[in-house]
Amino acid sequence: MAVEFVRPKRPKLAADPWAIQFDANGHLKHLLTIEGLGAEWITRILDTAEGFMSVSNREIKKVPLLRGRTVVNLFFESSTRTRTTFELAAKRLSADVLNLNISNSATTKGESLLDTLRNIEAMQADMFVVRHEQSGAAHFIARHVAPHVSVLNAGDGWHAHPTQALLDAYTVRKLKGDFAPLRIAIVGDIKHSRVARSQIHAFNSLNVGELRVIGPRTLIPNDIEPLGVRVFHDMRAGLKDVDVIIMLRLQRERMEGGLLPTEQEFYRLYGLTEEKLDWAKPDAIVMHPGPANRGVEIESRVADGPQSVILEQVSNGIGVRMAVMALCMSAES
Amino acid sequence: MNTPNLLPIEKLMDQCHDALRTALAEGQLSQPLMVGIHSGGVWVAEALHARLGLPDPLGKLNITFYRDDFDTLGLHPQVTPSQLPVDIDGRDVILVDDVLYTGRTIRAAMNELFDYGRPARIWLVVLFERDGRELPIAAQTVGQRLDLSPRQQIHVAGPSPLTARLVTREDPA
Repeated sequence: MAVEFVRPKRPKLAADPWAIQFDANGHLKHLLTIEGLGAEWITRILDTAEGFMSVSNREIKKVPLLRGRTVVNLFFESSTRTRTTFELAAKRLSADVLNLNISNSATTKGESLLDTLRNIEAMQADMFVVRHEQSGAAHFIARHVAPHVSVLNAGDGWHAHPTQALLDAYTVRKLKGDFAPLRIAIVGDIKHSRVARSQIHAFNSLNVGELRVIGPRTLIPNDIEPLGVRVFHDMRAGLKDVDVIIMLRLQRERMEGGLLPTEQEFYRLYGLTEEKLDWAKPDAIVMHPGPANRGVEIESRVADGPQSVILEQVSNGIGVRMAVMALCMSAES
Repeated sequence: MNTPNLLPIEKLMDQCHDALRTALAEGQLSQPLMVGIHSGGVWVAEALHARLGLPDPLGKLNITFYRDDFDTLGLHPQVTPSQLPVDIDGRDVILVDDVLYTGRTIRAAMNELFDYGRPARIWLVVLFERDGRELPIAAQTVGQRLDLSPRQQIHVAGPSPLTARLVTREDPA
């Protein structure tokens, strides 16, 4: 007897699930993911960031653009670099900043999230910068906030970290110029990396020449190729002729089960050492979203070496976050 | 509605140049820095700076981040950053713009200048000064003064050739 399988119907997605990022006039209101921005908005953010970068080099590192606005950093997951650069970005725009580090109780997540939201809204906040361990948290908040509030995703679960991808795109554009002739390789723990997902969307939107991901089979999702990447499991083959190497942090805290034999084994195969760096183009730049695990995914001599632009990424992060904040809180001209 | 004639740019440049020479000669200005306001003011300042032969490089201000109409007009996508290559602390600053109208641009420019330092003096030069001030701001050196209707605007294009024309809006928005 033939067995009939009944497949549950998949819920239909809205035509453009990321339309929520734009207001009725098509102006950027929330930044939740790179998807849906397109080359035009990404380029506009990078261009705007260029203007803001100069503010950080002045004696008085402040412009009055967002004076009187309140930005709330809503961090459900700990972070130092991202939170402080968002805080500095808001302060350099003269906004008032409130930092809330909310540790999560697993059982009451949904309820407490909305509750927290209403309470902060009652304080007349204008922007929420949200980091959450659950994918989709920023999107959820954007759907439920008061109409005047903008939401920026500062990292949600495995899903997205759009400002990190934008600052990486900014760094690449500044140091390498046009994206079309470039080969970019993202190396390491792709599977657990929201940064990698956002980078893939960003670089492909910007029409990068070739985008590669390099890592062990256990740390690269099976269905990643349709996103527009070439998959390599061998470092030497993957780094050949590459202009930009982006190392990712090995996210031990997100790993379940035996995805990796040992950190030593990972370092031997995929850790970026001076020797492996020689396999890329001689003028290749080395990037890392931080925090870097020295001796796990990157050798100290490479992280501190002449090809490393890791600290430049951090500085660029402030300008890019200023641009995103200012654009989301400005009206369309 | 009467339509006043705009004087030729070259003549206005001559006037501004002569007035600045006089101010320098009489000691009203000493060892000044020149700063143009992006973009029309920078074009005018580049021409004046070259003619006066000022030793310090020209400064350029982009007041986008200091505007008070950010809420309604939004952020211009491409923002050329301000460049003030020389410390303005204690210096005489010649601030140059193409048109002085409401005074809001000059207010924003002065706010930005003070974020770079404390100038000893700010001396405002404009090619055209028209009525319609909304702030108590006045220019020290003016090429041409005009009384215009709110529908009329002076459009300056450049940098070379630097031209100006009077535009009348049919339907004031």
